[in-house]
Amino acid sequence: MGELWDAFVKALHLIVTLDREVMDATRVSLSIAAISCAATALLCLPLGSLIHFRRFPGKRFLISTIQTLYSLPTVTVGLLIFVIFSQAGPLGGLGIFLTPTAMVLGQVILIAPVMLGLIISALSGVDKAVSETATSLGASRFQAALITIREARFAIMASVVMGFGRAFAEVGVANMVGGNFAGYTRTLTTDMMLQTQMGNTELAMALGIILILIALVINVVLNRLQQR
Amino acid sequence: MRKAVLVVLAVLTLLGLVVGSIGCGGGDGEGLLTPKGRLRVATTTSLYDTGLWGYLEPMFEKKYDVELDILYAGSGIALEYGRRGDVDVLTVHSKADELQFVADGYGVERVPFAYNYFLIVGPENDPAGLKGLTPEEAFKKLHDNPGSGKFVSRGDASGTHSKEKAIWKSAGYTDYEAVRTSGSWYIDSGSGMGPTLLKASELGAYTLTDEGTFLAYKGRLDLTPIVDKGSILLNVYSVLVCTKSSKQEMATNLLNFITSPDIQELIGRYGLKDYGKALFTPCVGEPEPTS
Repeated sequence: MGELWDAFVKALHLIVTLDREVMDATRVSLSIAAISCAATALLCLPLGSLIHFRRFPGKRFLISTIQTLYSLPTVTVGLLIFVIFSQAGPLGGLGIFLTPTAMVLGQVILIAPVMLGLIISALSGVDKAVSETATSLGASRFQAALITIREARFAIMASVVMGFGRAFAEVGVANMVGGNFAGYTRTLTTDMMLQTQMGNTELAMALGIILILIALVINVVLNRLQQR
Repeated sequence: MRKAVLVVLAVLTLLGLVVGSIGCGGGDGEGLLTPKGRLRVATTTSLYDTGLWGYLEPMFEKKYDVELDILYAGSGIALEYGRRGDVDVLTVHSKADELQFVADGYGVERVPFAYNYFLIVGPENDPAGLKGLTPEEAFKKLHDNPGSGKFVSRGDASGTHSKEKAIWKSAGYTDYEAVRTSGSWYIDSGSGMGPTLLKASELGAYTLTDEGTFLAYKGRLDLTPIVDKGSILLNVYSVLVCTKSSKQEMATNLLNFITSPDIQELIGRYGLKDYGKALFTPCVGEPEPTS
């Protein structure tokens, strides 16, 4: 119990004194997760709607594949990015390996299946009567689709929050493709891993507490926005 | 109400961009996503765990106005990053691998810049009775009396791991795989030097460590040096500029920085104040030590 309390005090101290390393790691964590999440959402909302509203052969198979990819391990994504974007890889010339760009790319790959799958589920959860009624009242297919999306907004929002959470909390991709460079690609989670390995347990736990506090604040803010 | 979703997205994007740009100015308008004015060094874990890189990094950055990115890795993966062209400079300690790296055309030159010694450390009471033995005899005794004491190996293709394999070989065990799988006394930890020491301490086991990391971690460990004599325990750190680096000039600056008389003197004094003993002996301008 003592250790936990010490860590809590240390976390408070790090926050109050605006510790440089912690602020850097927080900034990197937040910006990378936010950019990844926004990019993924912009990609998945239209794509998910398209998959839901269109009928095409192999649709069920596609959805099963997307759902299987929910459990895509972070190290697999990290390894994939490494093999493709390392200087010796096919796209090495872009020079993005070991930069924040590669981290964003990795996190998009990681969270896209989750967000896509949940958006499709969200749309499937809307009563068919909604779009049928709209159509019978003279709405076009596009308008009917918009109405369905509107009905599913809370569940869609939940999928975005979920995606942000996974990106913000993951460590495998960030560490493998970012390189954990202090002040540049070091996130709260990769810093925690490093500090744990170096035996700085208290600091690592303090970082963990900060991470959870930030996640809490973000979720409260997003919930507020949603209720308006 | 779709607006709510859009508002949230906009907020997230803004948050990302704003937060991303804060403090990233770095003086020359460098953004979060542009890798400019940076130099990458892949280093063996011991030079990071001892805090040496943390000490030298700001001096170099200030002198050359560049961001130094330090990749914490074992020598094995550090050399791999060098071969693939993902880093500009290496600081490693695995002589045979380094010579091969240069021979294969991946490194410009191998420049030894400091050395210290490896130690076999273990619990104070020395359950396997290794005190006074040579490193080879100590390993042999551990292997032949499996109940007497455990050994934690780095198991990560690092410089320390290759040194461990060299000791097994020199002790007459030419088949390392056979040693590795010979019983539960041999623990393959697959982690850096600091973490391996912490695990050995938890388990009351022996391990092979470089002197620097051991001194830096000593306060957190229930381990003491058991075997510290034997020419095989020599541990030489070298710096190599990678031929695939597109930043040869800045990479060479780093090489010259590490080997300059001023920095060599600082390396020779590093740790004196905190640990009562210097962690490294600088060796630029001298013939490479052999024992």
